[in-house]
Amino acid sequence: MQRRVFTRLAPAAIPLVLAATSLAAQPQVVDSTQAAAATHAVAVDVWPLVYVFVLATFIGLGVIRRVSRLLHTPLMSITNAISAIAVVGSIIVTGGDYPTPIRAMGAIALFASMTNIVSGFLITDRMLKMFKTEEKSGPGGRS
Amino acid sequence: MILSFVQAAYVLATGLFVFALHWMNTPKTARRGVQAGVAGMALAVLATWAQPGVVHHGWIVLAIIAGFVVGIPLAMVPLTAVPQRTALSHAFGGLAAGLVGTAKYYLWLGEGPENLTAFRMVAIILEIILGYLTFTGSLLAAGKLQEVKWIPQRPVTYPGQNLINLLLAAAAIVAGGALALHPTASWAPQLFPVIIALALLFGVLLIIPIGGADMPTVIAILNSYAGLAAVAMGFVLDNKLLITAGALDGSSGLILAIIMCKAMNRSFTNVLFGAFGQVQQLKAGGEQKQYKGETAEGAAQILEQASLVVIVPGYGMAVAQAQHKIRELYDQLKKRGISVKFAIHPVAGRMPGHMNVLLAEADIPYTDLVEMDEINPDMPQCDVCLVVGANDVVNPAARFDKSSPIYGMPIIDADKARTVFAIKRSKNPGFAGIDNELYFAEKTWMLFGDAKNVIGELVKQFAGEGGMH
Repeated sequence: MQRRVFTRLAPAAIPLVLAATSLAAQPQVVDSTQAAAATHAVAVDVWPLVYVFVLATFIGLGVIRRVSRLLHTPLMSITNAISAIAVVGSIIVTGGDYPTPIRAMGAIALFASMTNIVSGFLITDRMLKMFKTEEKSGPGGRS
Repeated sequence: MILSFVQAAYVLATGLFVFALHWMNTPKTARRGVQAGVAGMALAVLATWAQPGVVHHGWIVLAIIAGFVVGIPLAMVPLTAVPQRTALSHAFGGLAAGLVGTAKYYLWLGEGPENLTAFRMVAIILEIILGYLTFTGSLLAAGKLQEVKWIPQRPVTYPGQNLINLLLAAAAIVAGGALALHPTASWAPQLFPVIIALALLFGVLLIIPIGGADMPTVIAILNSYAGLAAVAMGFVLDNKLLITAGALDGSSGLILAIIMCKAMNRSFTNVLFGAFGQVQQLKAGGEQKQYKGETAEGAAQILEQASLVVIVPGYGMAVAQAQHKIRELYDQLKKRGISVKFAIHPVAGRMPGHMNVLLAEADIPYTDLVEMDEINPDMPQCDVCLVVGANDVVNPAARFDKSSPIYGMPIIDADKARTVFAIKRSKNPGFAGIDNELYFAEKTWMLFGDAKNVIGELVKQFAGEGGMH
């Protein structure tokens, strides 16, 4: 059963494979002389980032698997709001001391992310308020 | 100093996001999850804003205000419109990721080409491809769900469709690879928009062949892509909060997509490239079968004598906005001591969990909403099964008819109930264009008409009796 699921996931794994090949491709670029010196100057150690990504994915899979099926629609809207974490990148680009066109792109991105945050959390809460058990649903059988 | 504060805030925000999702595992704690999410997001925004690199504040304030102005009405849509709202917000998420990636590339190209390492370039290219394809794909999905007139509802297919999609994807990957190896070449600033255009086009072509019945899976996949685009942004900006939050979203979309695929016994590839809606045309023809109709009066009499009634809702219930009338029927039956359960198929409706939200809106206690696997063993004891606007999810052909496109899909065993009433708008076949064996079964009676009106009629029968003239 489990294996079947994973073979079905193959297309979704494409981004991962591409990321992995990018790591393999890195040394080739360092060959070009100009880039070599420069690359060292700003080198970001990529492995901790990959590590964080893999661990966060496992935590995500573990936590989401336990979410009640009743709540799959609210789950989707709350993850919508959380993935609007792109707001972080948007603020950095919008508020930095950069050329105007770049900051304009950041501002549009910030607007889009902020819309998702606001509407995502609000609608999730609105939907969750409606989930009641029998006792709490007030006087039943209103005639 | 301030940077350690920012990092600490990011760690805290990550923890809050994990708890937000963890608390979603039961409706009892779910609202606490929203509060945790809001707190985490507020921390992330404030910490980022406080960074010394952020020096201009005017546009930030304006964009945030604009976000509230558009976001609040978007949160007030009727619950039947939640699938298209969700698709629209995936589009916004994709757009944000794409724009930040684009901005960062041109910024570094102009002010610090040494920043454009191969790793970052691959991350930027993944970010923009995922971002922009999610943008157009989700916009189109939202348009289909909203039933915008100039967007075709039925799957659009043409010869060589998959080949064209594959070629397009290959072109984007080749162009992306070239750019990653030579990010500062003289042709690079011109190649970059080409990749954006390819991604935008790819998003459209990926969604046009997909029909309404497959929307739950597609929305989940787009959800996952929006998360992965945020992860790629995290790699570009060397920001671990983006990576963790994006990964949580990505894995959530993935799990939902797996659940949807399993519930239809289909694979990802089949949903994305298999264009539902053509194969079954072959089955048309054959002997003409007859429906048996029933009146609301007759149905009410049989319902009244039942001890267990199972209601199977489907997309038709959402279209007719019948959930509030169903609540009235539920009250009437309960008042007579009849137990009423709702059987929820994972892919009923247009997004994961769609039916649950609509029924919860109508104040039906969630303890009476039962998953397919839990209700099926009880179906033989069920006296009356009332099918409201559901079709494929109760079609017994899924069990035995190998030529049927839904063969192998797990279904709700409506046909095992003692009596079945099916409410159907017209005598035409359902969304997927497949004949439903259940409707011709000996114990099945059809109630033709709009779901809301038919149920209203049933309620009137019950209320009339109780009302005593």
